[in-house]
Amino acid sequence: MESLPVSTVAATKSVESLNEVTVLFAGDSGDGMQLTGSQFTLATAFAQNDLATLPDFPAEIRAPAGTTYGVSGFQLHFGSVNVRTPGDEVDLLVAMNPAALKVNLERVRRGGAIIVNVNAFKPHSLKLAGYKDGNPLEEGELKDYRVFEVELSRMTEEALKGFGLDKKAVDRSKNMFALGLTLWLYSRPLKPAIAWLSKKFAKRPELVKANIHLLKKGYHFGETTEDFVVQYEVAPARLSPGTYRAIRGVEALALGLVAASSKSGLDLFYGSYPITPASDLLHHLSRYKNFGVKTFQAEDEIAAIGAAIGASFGGNLGVCATSGPGLTLKAESTGLAVMMELPVVIIGVQRGGPSTGLPTKTEQSDLLQAMYGRNGEAPLPVLSASTPGDCFYAAYEACMVAIRHMTPVILLADGYVANGAEPWRIPSSSELGGFDVNFAGKTNRKVDGKDVFLPYVRDPSTLARPWAKPGTPGLEHRLGGLEKQHETGDVSYDPENHEFMTNLRASKVERVGQFIERTEIYGHEEGDLLIVGWGSTDGVIKTAVDRLHNRGLKIGTIQLRYINPLPSDLGAILGRFNGYLVPEMNKGQLVRILRDRFLLPFTALNKIQGQPFKASEIIEAAINHCEEIN
Amino acid sequence: MPTLPPSRKPVRPPGRGPRRAGPPKARTSRKEYASDQDVRWCPGCGDYAILASVQRLMPQLGVKRENVVFVSGIGCSSRFPYYMNTYGMHSIHGRAPTMATGLKASRPDLDVWVVTGDGDALSIGGNHLIHLLRRNVNLQLLLFNNQIYGLTKGQFSPTSEIGKVTKSSPFGSITPPFNPISLSLGASASFVARTADRDTKHLTKVLKRAHTHPGSAFVEVYQNCNIYNDGAFFDFTERATKADRTVYLEHGKPMLFANGKRGVRLDGFKTSVFDIEGRDFSVNDAIVYDETSLELAGIVSRMSQRPDMPRPFGVFFCEERPTYEHLLWEQIAAITERQGQGDLDALLYAADTWTIQ
Ligand SMILES: Cc1ncc(C[n+]2csc(CCOP(=O)(O)OP(=O)(O)O)c2C)c(N)n1
Ligand code: SF4
Ligand SMILES: [Mg+2]
Repeated sequence: MESLPVSTVAATKSVESLNEVTVLFAGDSGDGMQLTGSQFTLATAFAQNDLATLPDFPAEIRAPAGTTYGVSGFQLHFGSVNVRTPGDEVDLLVAMNPAALKVNLERVRRGGAIIVNVNAFKPHSLKLAGYKDGNPLEEGELKDYRVFEVELSRMTEEALKGFGLDKKAVDRSKNMFALGLTLWLYSRPLKPAIAWLSKKFAKRPELVKANIHLLKKGYHFGETTEDFVVQYEVAPARLSPGTYRAIRGVEALALGLVAASSKSGLDLFYGSYPITPASDLLHHLSRYKNFGVKTFQAEDEIAAIGAAIGASFGGNLGVCATSGPGLTLKAESTGLAVMMELPVVIIGVQRGGPSTGLPTKTEQSDLLQAMYGRNGEAPLPVLSASTPGDCFYAAYEACMVAIRHMTPVILLADGYVANGAEPWRIPSSSELGGFDVNFAGKTNRKVDGKDVFLPYVRDPSTLARPWAKPGTPGLEHRLGGLEKQHETGDVSYDPENHEFMTNLRASKVERVGQFIERTEIYGHEEGDLLIVGWGSTDGVIKTAVDRLHNRGLKIGTIQLRYINPLPSDLGAILGRFNGYLVPEMNKGQLVRILRDRFLLPFTALNKIQGQPFKASEIIEAAINHCEEIN
Repeated sequence: MPTLPPSRKPVRPPGRGPRRAGPPKARTSRKEYASDQDVRWCPGCGDYAILASVQRLMPQLGVKRENVVFVSGIGCSSRFPYYMNTYGMHSIHGRAPTMATGLKASRPDLDVWVVTGDGDALSIGGNHLIHLLRRNVNLQLLLFNNQIYGLTKGQFSPTSEIGKVTKSSPFGSITPPFNPISLSLGASASFVARTADRDTKHLTKVLKRAHTHPGSAFVEVYQNCNIYNDGAFFDFTERATKADRTVYLEHGKPMLFANGKRGVRLDGFKTSVFDIEGRDFSVNDAIVYDETSLELAGIVSRMSQRPDMPRPFGVFFCEERPTYEHLLWEQIAAITERQGQGDLDALLYAADTWTIQ
């Protein structure tokens, strides 16, 4: 890797090595904190640290400046060690204004560092932030922290004099100064940010120049100021060999879909209606036109899935993604796909509910909706994605299941995993599992001496029905939502046929289980406690298990990729433990499914705050639980 | 796998319709497009005539049967695809335009037809209808308007007239109806026409035109529901009144009716009727219909809401503009040409990368 840290440490500074660090950038929605955070992430990926991120922003695009509800944050945890969560406690908070300090102070570890833009601590902003009795910088409120008062606004103005930018543009650039300073503080390279700025403002060279100038100013300020006596280093993490990139969950979902399309030879048709946080998937996919990807921005979520189903009927890979209320709108059409037994992949990027709920915050509260939220007996495979990088494989697998079993599949991600980022070892396309797509080409039965095509004759092993594309002569057939007669697919109101078909559709989904890989146990393979998780709690549970290991408890964990059907080895694994903890960001949804299936004493651990678990919360619950059973 | 039930002949649903109910004996040209399913509409339902006309028309269109797809929603009318020996999808209430859009956008080689009802298209599916028309997906949409909810047994629909007494409006409905022609014009449909079940010649002619139109062809078909709304259109379809109560639009021809004895003229922005033989006006005063004029189509479409005017039938509006799927594929082709065919490995690596040995 070329030109890693460019720092030339001034003689007066000492350099300290850290294993892991958590940094939080916080400011107004208009302060560019998400951008600052992602650029810091990129530089950190360049420095070859392991990392995990937590962007956390308000639902309002530009909430009134200076208010606490307008605060946008980007938390990043990185290290030379395995990093699986965005960090329980913040080591460095960069607060662009009083509101950002107010909102985030409790996240900062005692003794941690806080860089404030001291120019923003004026009476008006202090009042807006709810500091009624004066300035926290002067009141001793921060005595347990190392506070660095930096004149970010003033130095930005000064540095940009003569660049010909208006006041607003100057003010908006101060995040670059902050970025430069933090990059210096942790010995990160400037190069990725410089490259990004050059590309982003390619059409406005004056902005490229100004921003790069400011970035470097921030960096050099760190070097030269006497405020900072220590610079930190975080050594590269020991990731397994391979070529890496930083990846966000939504990006990985998009790539997984394109990979599935490319490996299967099926054109990807993606129907979508904008909704946070699923929209970014539409944004990514709409750029991949040269992969034959067709994106369709529909009039609503119903049309989005309808179009995906139509495309699937035509022999394409029909996919749609949505969040929150959008998944509810898709329910009726999903049932139609269950009945017609057409492949379609429905991605649900969960967010806080009910109703509009917390659009920009994370939650896992759509699991039961995915499982049961349709009229009639309408089972379908439900999968989940556990980390940003895993989103790639989860999307790929969801497509494979849908096609192999001729069924709609729901893949659940959430705001945390979708917006979060991590280093991702890039697979080569040849590593990805094969994709068999067999379109029906000829008739499949003889009836009264005539060769006919019956659309509901099944593959004896998977019970999948044949996929016959319009355009194939001799296979003309009609699908629909009315109950089907076994094999012929004709409309049938026969009582016994209905029961038979209902059971058949359920068996078909159960048979997906034959293809589920052996469940991997992390930590102890047997013992006191098994923590059962699904989706984005993967990293935090594993972190908790690592730390519990040091305490001598025999704890293991599994993360379920498949919630329907549950893996067939699950029962045997459960049998090897004495207790079970099921952490979820909801009121207990997986735990109900488990209790329904296994009559075992599962303990639910629930968090419904729009924020991911902290490792400490899981550790505490696990210890309490172990004490109880012992 | 669950055990199979003893095989038996499909059981008919409870409900109306004798086992052998059906249209008059099929002619050979229809047979190719008739599926093996028993048709289950009520005897005498206008849907039969439309089905027969479509089955008869299909072989004349020069399309291979395997390339034809009928997509429908839910309603009596939406059972249509089951009776066509083509590919088909009987989807869910109001959503047929969405499936049809995805299908046609991804498979422009197919000949896609949507069959829908007044409740299906204008009530639950209203949103999809207007967006389909706006996008101009190349397909034919036949709206069987019987001004009633047939399948749910006779409630008023969004095209039922004010005051209509139905099961759900025992004292008369109080909501004004949609005018499907004005609505589709308002939604930027590129082809808008009206015909009726009982005039199979006109029906066939209009459908043929609709089929040649590159874009969304919206065809309102007046359809008699003899069970719940019998005779709703008899004024316009029965011999005794038809000539006086209807006017057939023909591009470039004067709007004459009543066997050429009366005409429709413009009085400012309003239409009015005059006698050709009368003192004040002559044939030359009749509107010479121009199906390329959106303004004229709008004015003429409003005649349907006036009991004093003859009801217009035929092609109201026809405009050629690029179809949705054409633009979609064209954009993909242009970008692929510029960027080259996508390479999966290159895409996965398209970011700042680093390698660990
Ligand atoms: C989601 C949903 N809501 C309601 C219904 C019940 N339903 C079936 S058909 C229909 C109305 C049909 O009227 P129309 O579209 O005019 O068709 P027609 O039967 O008159 O041909 C209704 C309300 C349904 N099938 N699905
Ligand atoms: S209820 Fe009316 S529309 Fe439906 S099949 Fe009977 S006659 Fe036709
Ligand atoms: Mg109707």
